[in-house]
Amino acid sequence: MTTQLTVGQPEAVASVGESRHATRVGAGRSRTNWPLTIVLAVCSLTVLVPLYVTLSMAFKTTSQSVDGNAFSLPWPVSVSGFGQAWQLTDFPRSFAISVFIAAIAVGGTILLSSFAAYAISHNWQRRAFRWAFFYLLAAMFLPFPVVALSQVKLTGMVHLDNPIGVAILHVMFQLAFSVMLFTAFLRSIPAELEESARIDGASTAQVFWRLIFPLLAPMSATVGIFAFLASWNDYVMPSLITSNPALQTLPVLQQMFQTQFSNNYNVSFASYLMAMAPSILVYLFTQRWVMSGLTQGAIK
Amino acid sequence: MAITSLPTPGGSRSSHRPRVEPVFHLFLWPTVALFTLAITVPAVMGIVLSFTNSVGFGEFRFTGLTNYIAVFSDPAILHAYGFTLWFSLVTVVLVNLIAFLLAIALTAKIRARVSLRAVFVIPMVISGIVIAYVFSYLFANSLPTAATALGFAPLEQSILANPSLAWVAVVIVTAWQAIPSALLIYIAGVLSIPSDVYEAAALDGASPWRQLRSITVPLTAGYIVINVIIGFKNFMNAYDIILGLTNGGPGTATTSVAMSIFSGFTNGDYSYQMANATIFFVIAVVIALLQLRATRGRTAF
Repeated sequence: MTTQLTVGQPEAVASVGESRHATRVGAGRSRTNWPLTIVLAVCSLTVLVPLYVTLSMAFKTTSQSVDGNAFSLPWPVSVSGFGQAWQLTDFPRSFAISVFIAAIAVGGTILLSSFAAYAISHNWQRRAFRWAFFYLLAAMFLPFPVVALSQVKLTGMVHLDNPIGVAILHVMFQLAFSVMLFTAFLRSIPAELEESARIDGASTAQVFWRLIFPLLAPMSATVGIFAFLASWNDYVMPSLITSNPALQTLPVLQQMFQTQFSNNYNVSFASYLMAMAPSILVYLFTQRWVMSGLTQGAIK
Repeated sequence: MAITSLPTPGGSRSSHRPRVEPVFHLFLWPTVALFTLAITVPAVMGIVLSFTNSVGFGEFRFTGLTNYIAVFSDPAILHAYGFTLWFSLVTVVLVNLIAFLLAIALTAKIRARVSLRAVFVIPMVISGIVIAYVFSYLFANSLPTAATALGFAPLEQSILANPSLAWVAVVIVTAWQAIPSALLIYIAGVLSIPSDVYEAAALDGASPWRQLRSITVPLTAGYIVINVIIGFKNFMNAYDIILGLTNGGPGTATTSVAMSIFSGFTNGDYSYQMANATIFFVIAVVIALLQLRATRGRTAF
């Protein structure tokens, strides 16, 4: 019952925000602001045109892709670019490696940061836990270049210069942001809820798994999406950490089109499209969590 | 962000229990230990090695401040700092201005609000290096073609090949990708303002411009500070978009600090670039602290 309520919460928050806000600009009038809508639609072209170019270039023949007109529609429509890109990037393997890293990053981030946030919020009055919180949070201000070279050396020494090492580092760099979101969310859960479970004789671990973790679901969705995006789109870490080129992720492999195959634009754009499509699809299916996570608690 | 999201101090949940349950230790400390190994140890190691002549492997000896003196007298590194700071400053202003205006527009009474929001957020979810490759094609081919057709001479050559203009391309693509996350935070901020404040202002005859200046901006000041802090920190670390667009060029015109540090890995001047990284770290901390001081003043309204 409680779980369902909370899972439904983001929509409620969003819709409250919408209705409360329905008459912001144009004070009091309920008419649609058409000029503004048109201006926004025109502005959205700055986002859509680069995506359109990627899409149309990917479906062109090689000869059409080099004719210098990026904005023309592909004619005749050709999928040969995809075939070549598939082979050049060894797509099934590089895709699987990217998915593998992202899956560990998402699962690891959600589990480790919800554990940590639960322990921290429960023991906030203890100095050690409070310091641990600030210690983890401090990483938000640590520039990655500062630790990169040493991390490359250390991961090499312990034989983690591979996708597993990259995934672990992705989890570690995502901790600060995620622990912060979870801790903020845990504050909003009434202590009475937990106490009633304890009266029923549940241990702390049981309380966490049966009560708290399900309650955290909407925040876990937000944390998970951000962990996925950060991991899937990352270039620096896999390119520096993974020493075996055969174990490289999809975005990193795209650099081959800058050198070896720089004139087959249809092939390179087909490859770019295959590298960016998964994250766009994930976003389109999960976008309400992206918004709701930020609106509740996180930044208040 | 950090300051504003702390749990309530002195939470009463477990104060009646004299000892911390072991399960809490199990929940927290292994993660803290892993975090220490993965981030703190490399950071400390880098700082220590910056005082040596290490080339990244093998023996080394301590050389004191030699690397630091060299860094401060290296025109290439000073140029990288100049470029990175200038680029971060311009981008942070541009991103926040556009994102703020977009947030106001996207919370107004418009058609297709949900779809428009969805579209404007898309750049956030695309890999920086991949979109940089797409834009580098547009800047190198489409823009000069269009400029030639229109007879606009300054843009007939690729701006990526122009040492004095290449940074503009870097700013455009970085902003393109960074606007959505700032936008989301601003939308949350604008939505957090109760509508009766606007109604009261409208009754008093305040114009929309006056409402923006006297209500929206002051009441979202905390969000502005957060966006500026996060944005500045991210732009200071700029790497993959620059790599995809200009590879630091032409020449070294768009080489960022991050790029010069990473070059230490391939060029063998490991400890030298670690000194650079340490200085960079100190600068990042100082900027963060200055901005946090500013936050304390502003978030209380």
